[in-house]
Amino acid sequence: MDNKNITLFTRIKDSDVYFSFIKSPTAILSTLILIIIFFCSFFVELVTPYNPFDPSSLSLMDAFTPPAWTEEGLAKFILGTDGQGRDMLATILYGSRISLIVGFSAVIFALVLGVGLGLSAGYFGGKYEMFVMRFTDVQLTVPSILMALLVDGIARGIISRELHDEMAIYVLIFAIGISEWPQFARVSRAATLVEKNKDYVSASTIIGVSNIIIMFKHILPNIMRPVLVIGTIGLALAIIAEATLSFLGVGVPPTTPSLGTLIRLGNDFLFSGEWWITFFPAIFLVILAFSINLLGDWMRDTLNPKLN
Amino acid sequence: MVMLVVAFVSFSLFNFVGDPINNMVGEETSDEERAELRETLGLTDPIYVQFSRFVVNASKGEFGISYQLRRPVSELISERLPATIELVLVSALIALVSGTLLGVYTGINRKGFLSDAILAISLLGVSLPTFVIGILFIYLFAVILGILPSFGRGEVVSLGYWTTGFLTLSGLKAIILPSVTLSLFQMTYIIRLVRAEMMEILQTDYIKFARARGINEKSIHYKHALKNGLIPVITIAGINIGTLIAFSIITETVFQWPGMGFLFIQAVQFVDIPIMSAYLVFIAFVFVMINFIVDILYYFIDPRIRVKAEAVSG
Amino acid sequence: MKPKNLLRILLAFLFVFASTQTFAKTIKWSMQGDSLTLDPHAQNEGPTTQVSRQIYEALVTRGLDMSIGPQLATKWATVDENTWYFYLREDVKFSNGQAMTSEDVVFSILRAKQPTSDFKEYISTISGVKAIDDYTVQIKTSKPNPILLNQLSNIFIMSKEWCNENFAIVPQNWDASQETFSATNAMGTGPFKITLREPNTKTVFKRNSRWWGSMKDNKVTEIQLLPIKNAATRVAALLSGEIDLVTDAPVQDLARITSSAGHKVESTPQMRTIFLGMDQAADKLRTGNTGDNPFKKKAVRQALYQAIDIEAIKKKVMRGLSEPAGIITFPGVNGYTKDLDKRLPYDVNAAKKLLADAGYPNGFEVELRCPNDRYVNDEAICTAVVGMLGKIGVKVNLFAQTKSKHFKELKDNQGDFYMLGWGVPTLDSHYVFHYLYESGASWNKVNFSNSDVDAAIRVMEGEVDLDKRNAAIANAWKIVKDDISYLPLHHQVISWASKSDVDVPIRPNNEPLFRFASFN
Repeated sequence: MDNKNITLFTRIKDSDVYFSFIKSPTAILSTLILIIIFFCSFFVELVTPYNPFDPSSLSLMDAFTPPAWTEEGLAKFILGTDGQGRDMLATILYGSRISLIVGFSAVIFALVLGVGLGLSAGYFGGKYEMFVMRFTDVQLTVPSILMALLVDGIARGIISRELHDEMAIYVLIFAIGISEWPQFARVSRAATLVEKNKDYVSASTIIGVSNIIIMFKHILPNIMRPVLVIGTIGLALAIIAEATLSFLGVGVPPTTPSLGTLIRLGNDFLFSGEWWITFFPAIFLVILAFSINLLGDWMRDTLNPKLN
Repeated sequence: MVMLVVAFVSFSLFNFVGDPINNMVGEETSDEERAELRETLGLTDPIYVQFSRFVVNASKGEFGISYQLRRPVSELISERLPATIELVLVSALIALVSGTLLGVYTGINRKGFLSDAILAISLLGVSLPTFVIGILFIYLFAVILGILPSFGRGEVVSLGYWTTGFLTLSGLKAIILPSVTLSLFQMTYIIRLVRAEMMEILQTDYIKFARARGINEKSIHYKHALKNGLIPVITIAGINIGTLIAFSIITETVFQWPGMGFLFIQAVQFVDIPIMSAYLVFIAFVFVMINFIVDILYYFIDPRIRVKAEAVSG
Repeated sequence: MKPKNLLRILLAFLFVFASTQTFAKTIKWSMQGDSLTLDPHAQNEGPTTQVSRQIYEALVTRGLDMSIGPQLATKWATVDENTWYFYLREDVKFSNGQAMTSEDVVFSILRAKQPTSDFKEYISTISGVKAIDDYTVQIKTSKPNPILLNQLSNIFIMSKEWCNENFAIVPQNWDASQETFSATNAMGTGPFKITLREPNTKTVFKRNSRWWGSMKDNKVTEIQLLPIKNAATRVAALLSGEIDLVTDAPVQDLARITSSAGHKVESTPQMRTIFLGMDQAADKLRTGNTGDNPFKKKAVRQALYQAIDIEAIKKKVMRGLSEPAGIITFPGVNGYTKDLDKRLPYDVNAAKKLLADAGYPNGFEVELRCPNDRYVNDEAICTAVVGMLGKIGVKVNLFAQTKSKHFKELKDNQGDFYMLGWGVPTLDSHYVFHYLYESGASWNKVNFSNSDVDAAIRVMEGEVDLDKRNAAIANAWKIVKDDISYLPLHHQVISWASKSDVDVPIRPNNEPLFRFASFN
């Protein structure tokens, strides 16, 4: 596998993709922003001394401190504090970590499921393909946010409330993942159909390579381009879906707030002058989703030659 | 078929998630009273009898009584349905009209500054979660400017089974913010779609031919190109309605719009199973209908799609 | 061309919308929740009573100053300690035109004693009620009842004929999810009648032209109740002028509302004390990690008490709008003294030492149950407590949920550590002891049990000598305060926000009386 990745990487580097990346300021900028956000979120312990989830480290008297540059701000709380005295920056980064974990896991879940079904459908064809594709088409008409809400709602009905807080994050990943797989299935099937008729596949079949090996070792790497594009856009969608569900109060519990939860909690302080409690998580979420979308847009233009 | 599966899911939801009796009564209720209630609710019958009864009741629109509001779900839904439908229709109209106009504009003027701006904003629109837009609108138009209401439907007029907000000033005012919020996401989608269609069509031979004949540009754009560009837009409008219904859940919650989505969110938070299962069946019904209509549209409106579809599945 | 025209039309519309001001004689009232049912005997719950109170009346009622006064009865007398006579107003008509007589009163009181009534325990001491003549009602009690008038002020009078016609002879069975005509319709003798009812969305009250009393301001002709669940949306609606009155204004927004030119805020101490309860009977905490029940030890309870910085909660969470409490009752209640209401000092080091001495040097773990839509900033208070207890090593997991679930699960004995608020509608300490401290009492979920306190409660119920009775109350308070059976937090302060030109007098029980409303 390692070997494969390296060849893939060098191929990308030598190709026009790398060149067009270097030439696109929006792509560079959004990648840079994303790298910073990912780093800060996943290594938040290194970035900030505060841990908003350790209640004993909080002091209620610090609550509602405005951002550092305002008159009453304190240098130690750059973006101010929330109603419980938590440092906003640390809370946002911890929240963003949860949002990213949910987003990535959901996309990977959808990718594995969707590519698996799409690839096999395209490869084997026949009734199996018809069934999978019919199912995909039907689910494609159901908006993913609705699907996620319904799955989340049913899960809430099934899982007892004591368990639910612990399970919430997995339920979310499953709900969002299950709502996004048809995109992957459709794209990977289409790409597989193209690859299937190429000589190297026919050759492998003739020399008796097993179907599984052909599918995953030979075809899969060749259909990764469009899948990556869908994956990137899907990540933005998944992050927004997570935020939306949490904002509606059916996502992650408030004890482990994600960006959506933070916006919901901060919403109570919208009119009281403590704008930073809701503004910063919201703007952070928008920057995150916008950067991913910009990158996705660029990827679609570059990696998908059909659109040029 | 799909309906039956969904009916079974919501039936199991209703019957096996917790004890419906426990959800209804307090802990002071004696065992005899519980047994009696169980009998009257028909919970002692065999499963298949219960299921067929559920399907029969569901087809009549009866889903039992809400745990939270203690009122028949059918009554709650028929009360809330007009609000959601009006909101979705207005949003669909806004999205379709302004999305098409902006799409045509950006499709024709590919390189202009305004086009770039519209496209950039539309990308931002996709990145802005609906609820953030809603909060922003409330803050701007209701609190700071004070010109539009921030919640509810305003005065509604009752027309038999239907209540409408279209006939009063406050009702019309109240629908502006939620419907615009709801339409934005769809609008960006339609802009991109129409733009791509226009760009493609403007390259076709018959447009080039029309140009060669000296027909003026405006007439080419609006009479010839747009007409053909609209076909996929109309087919997509079906799916559109589904998406709008989905997103109306969020919009309704933010604007306290008394529709079905708001009802559903409150039901989820309360684990109010009868409402949840009714909503599930309702949504399934809507999407089965949408799929059905879209399928028909595919086959009848555009023969090219029929050929393509057959080629793909063949 | 086309888009421009469209824009013009749109702008014109906007302009028309913006310039139309409603010169309303309507008061649009909003709060978080709605009445659960219009049946006045089916649910004993805040918003439900607040709505019923505008339509229905009782024999006696509390006025603006919260003292008991006549309503449907003009006067009353006791012939012996168990027999009361109530003399009714003779000019009272229901809103459908029917005259109200003693038959209706007898019917209504009996209706409120039916098994499906939520008030049956409230008036359990009433053993008999009968009509002497058209305008005289006799009520018999099973034992001397000093607070009968208080209780009757919450028993609304319905029309016997109307109930008969509409199959509403017994109260709606709330627990069995029964549907009745009386749950969605109301017909009373009060100043308003309901002309439109959309639960959780909108309820319209119009003036009842047949009402016997007089309005403070005749310009008040219509009330609309528009519940808005989300606090920020509620405030936005008030600030943008869509709502005239909010009876549960969020504390964090009061400054913003006051600073708005057209709005005002009124606050008053509410008759309610917020506290935390700890189950002291269970051998093992359901949510603990020590295998025993630390709450059994008074030192542990005191440690928790002294670890809570109530002043910080007052300043940051309540924005100054709370009164730190030492006991679960408030000024104005018989038995309350300033001395009792003093708190143990906030002292983290003392708390740590107490905890270590009790055998928990490393603290313990427990779940705190909270409502998130019942009291002012309930969830935020609990979150703050979690942080404060964390500082002495007690790891508290917060479980916040909606009020109906919270209360139901508390009643089902599922709470180790929980938040509760207690009001005293009778304004006598007995109400607190009877529900919160008596052995086996319905809301005594800390399972406190003390024979001396139980004996004192018996004295409170039967003793006619006020000095002796008050001594018993004082003694009982001393015992429970020393025992630290509960952790008192604060007396709640409520705030109503309204447009400046709308005047609805604020009342400590949070119940608006729109007959006293006026425009200025």
